[in-house]
Amino acid sequence: MEELDVEPALTLVPGVAPGRGRLHFQWGPGEMLVCEAAFPGAGNSAPLVLINCTRHGEKGPGCPYIHVLRKDQDIHLHTLRKLFNESHGIFVGLQRSDEELSGKSKKAQLVGVSKNYRSVIRACMEDMHQMAISTRDPALHNQYSTQVSILSAMELIWNLCEILFVEVAPAGHLLLHLLDWVRLHVCDVDNMVREVLSSENPSKHELFWNVVDIFVLQGRMEDARHLLSKEATANPTSKGMCKILDDLMKKMPVLGLGNTQTLTEMELKWQHWHEECQRYLQDGTFASNPHMESICKILLGDENAILEKKELMTTWYHFLVTHLLYSHPAVKPVELRFYAQSSLDQFLGGENSPEPLDTILMAAFEFEIHQVIKECSIALSNWWFVAHLTDLLDHCKLLQSHNLYFGSNMREFLLLEYASGLFSHHSLWQLGVDYFDHCSEYGRVYLELHIERIPLTTEQKALKVLRICEQRQMHEQVRSICKIMAMKALRNNRLGSALSWSIRAKDAAFATLISDRFLKDYCERGSFSDLDLIDNLGPSMLLSDRLTFLGKYREFHRLYGEKRFSEAAKLLLMLMTAHIAPCSFWMTLLTDALPLLEQKEVIFSAEQTYELMRCLEDLTAGKLDNQKLQDDDIETTKVEMLRLAFARNLARAIVKEGTLEGS
Amino acid sequence: MFVARSIAADHRDLIHDVSFDFHGRRMATCSSDQSVKVWDKSENGDWHCTASWKTHSGSVWRVTWAHPEFGQVLASCSFDRTAAVWEEIVGESNDKLRGQSHWVKRTTLVDSRTSVTDVKFAPKHMGLMLATCSADGVVRIYEAPDVMNLSQWSLQHEISCKLSCSCISWNPSSSRAHSPMIAVGSDDNSPNILAKVQIYEYNENTRKYAKAEALMTVTDPVHDIAFAPNLGRSFHILAVATKDVRIFTLKPLRKELTSSGGLTKFEIHIVAQFDNHNSQVWRVSWNITGTVLASSGDDGCVRLWKANYMDNWKCTGILKGNGSPVNGSSQQGIFNASLGSANTSFQNSLNGSFAGRHNCYL
Repeated sequence: MEELDVEPALTLVPGVAPGRGRLHFQWGPGEMLVCEAAFPGAGNSAPLVLINCTRHGEKGPGCPYIHVLRKDQDIHLHTLRKLFNESHGIFVGLQRSDEELSGKSKKAQLVGVSKNYRSVIRACMEDMHQMAISTRDPALHNQYSTQVSILSAMELIWNLCEILFVEVAPAGHLLLHLLDWVRLHVCDVDNMVREVLSSENPSKHELFWNVVDIFVLQGRMEDARHLLSKEATANPTSKGMCKILDDLMKKMPVLGLGNTQTLTEMELKWQHWHEECQRYLQDGTFASNPHMESICKILLGDENAILEKKELMTTWYHFLVTHLLYSHPAVKPVELRFYAQSSLDQFLGGENSPEPLDTILMAAFEFEIHQVIKECSIALSNWWFVAHLTDLLDHCKLLQSHNLYFGSNMREFLLLEYASGLFSHHSLWQLGVDYFDHCSEYGRVYLELHIERIPLTTEQKALKVLRICEQRQMHEQVRSICKIMAMKALRNNRLGSALSWSIRAKDAAFATLISDRFLKDYCERGSFSDLDLIDNLGPSMLLSDRLTFLGKYREFHRLYGEKRFSEAAKLLLMLMTAHIAPCSFWMTLLTDALPLLEQKEVIFSAEQTYELMRCLEDLTAGKLDNQKLQDDDIETTKVEMLRLAFARNLARAIVKEGTLEGS
Repeated sequence: MFVARSIAADHRDLIHDVSFDFHGRRMATCSSDQSVKVWDKSENGDWHCTASWKTHSGSVWRVTWAHPEFGQVLASCSFDRTAAVWEEIVGESNDKLRGQSHWVKRTTLVDSRTSVTDVKFAPKHMGLMLATCSADGVVRIYEAPDVMNLSQWSLQHEISCKLSCSCISWNPSSSRAHSPMIAVGSDDNSPNILAKVQIYEYNENTRKYAKAEALMTVTDPVHDIAFAPNLGRSFHILAVATKDVRIFTLKPLRKELTSSGGLTKFEIHIVAQFDNHNSQVWRVSWNITGTVLASSGDDGCVRLWKANYMDNWKCTGILKGNGSPVNGSSQQGIFNASLGSANTSFQNSLNGSFAGRHNCYL
């Protein structure tokens, strides 16, 4: 692909004097910040001077503005949402389409997909048209009308590409498709046609012959003959002439789509018909009526006669198709480029230079697919068109591997750009995910980079993003999202949420930290928050030792609450002996044992009581060096109380166990 | 590109840095007025200043956000020879009702004896770390070992670069194949031919940063430097702002080919060099996928650079001031106005075919 020498797009930023101020900028996801700024060291060897002279003075540039710039304007037009949403479905369908289809059915399927894309464009165009009509705001009206013309240009190009690249119509049928194409898109004259047809006496209307010409130029013979018959009845003097012209039109050989006649048969018939037209023209049959004479010349493919009707065709490609219809009805695809070029030259007549649309259509007629895509991406203000068209053409196996930067192909390059644009939108990003999924080379990395930037404004949104990452085994993104959410919840003192997010993130350190906060809160308030969560930790409890302890400790409280005292006692003891509980918490645990010791029946066995005593002694021994314990009266009293309770329980346990054994 | 909004920055002096947070929902600005401002984007897309406070006793050069995994944390650096770490406090006070947030200083990093010219948080996989560089030619790397306690930062490394430092950039690659790496630029403008870009790599064996490479071809003062996001490539891409814009690729040579114990050697290529700014280039930075580089220079323009399939870099966009004052007091929603102007150019074009140019460089 040769390089197009395109001037870089210029964006004007208000308020910044050109050439004077320095612009500072920063990229964000989907947006860019630009503002006037000063850089240390700029313009002067001593940064101090620059700063000092502006720090207090009023002559500094004053209060600068920060400008938020966006890249893909169209993505943010709510009016195009339908286009993005519905084409997404078609795109995904095409990617999943049956690879095994081959030959005709494959082609039929691809043509169907192409038509679906076009009908989405059309539907969008009609909506936009309705909005343009119904709005009273002139600015909005302009905006909508602009979009209508962009969409209509896109549909025009797409349709031509469909005929030439997807349908790949052979000689003969090619022209029929092109005729349909022209009829569908040349609507400028429709009003004229409607006006004449609805008038009381069409043949007396001043534009009557214009409309007949339009029908002839578009190859709509039935319509033209219908009008001629009106002229014949209204104007008996020209009746004979009308009859002859009508006859010529009727006899014009046409290759029907379902027709089985061969091209040679067709050409033979065509020659006969041509000779007949020629005869009538030469013997002056239509000499008295310039309108009919010119129509006869058109039927003969007289270029000058056709060109005289320039206003009725409005575009060079209409001229091309009309010219082909009456001169080369069996044009082959490869011959198109010559006729197209000469039609363009003749039609513009050197007065106007071709517009972007003209060069795009010309490139299509020349079968320069890459050129079409390239020109479109320069001319159109969004990536939607090129991305989807290129993808379709790639499915038609038309794009030979054309390596782009980093080895990615053109289809992927364009899809990546389009999907990146979608990611700058607050909700359309979800469509972007599927596009990235179908970019085999860089789709994954792009998705990773983009999805982690989706603002996690609500838990719901975070869960949505998380699900997408989980489905794709994007472990690092999953971890990061959970971590961000856990951090956010913790900062807002929502411990339960913080804990469940860190469990999802499998972040042991953070789970430990939050468990500690839970335990601390318990010590302060004597009750747990977020019971549901802690009660249902299940195996995730094993994420961190502290979390295990938290879960088990809560289980102890539950057992106690349910009066399952001996189970509770066993668990409590195990928390210490198995060193699940942090030492700092042992005193609380031992204190928790007190009510169990005070129950009527003996709950801790003698052996268990010895264990409890050992735990207490370990704890106090460990703290012996620490003078604090001794100084703390309350703590000392607590220890004394515990010792007393243990001793009493031991006595009861021994008596009970002795009695039981004895009996 | 088009201007979607303009916001009056309301600083009393020149702005030196604007910085988006990771998700693009918040931004921070810093200025010679010694303050930092934090701006939040509301649901309808408007930006509101939610905090503004005096941060330093000198011009604030740079402000930067830590990854949100570490909470809401900012770092700033200043002419007052310090860098500081700030954390947002979630309070139940009246602040919240008034739509204001409260930021507290968690630490002041006072090791530099000269102006601290840049501060950057390390890639998140390295933990909560930040690097500063200063005019005295020292790069310092700090770490907060406990991410819940931002008042404790320990100085882990001090790298002496010998030349006055202006900018630093961490290599964002999280690949296990790549050791932590930091590039340092110098704006030393005494006439010498010393390399103004140095690349330091962390050595697992010595647990120290050591100079891996110096870009010998860059001898003019360097104002900014930026590694591109890695995209899973084996090599690195580094953009340099000096008297022109330069883009380098650094391809690690296989370890067995490198001589000195564990240090990676690189094959360095310059893949692009542009003097379109006509003079000094002040900032370079990459978009989030590393496919577009933006640069700003003395010509008052921001230029956008993009590579095509042949590794050919080309300017695809220019942002330039139009010189007219920003009109109106409320600057939100310029969107409609800019659309209106696009229309007129449109209607001039025959067939009403195409609107504004969209630069795709294939």
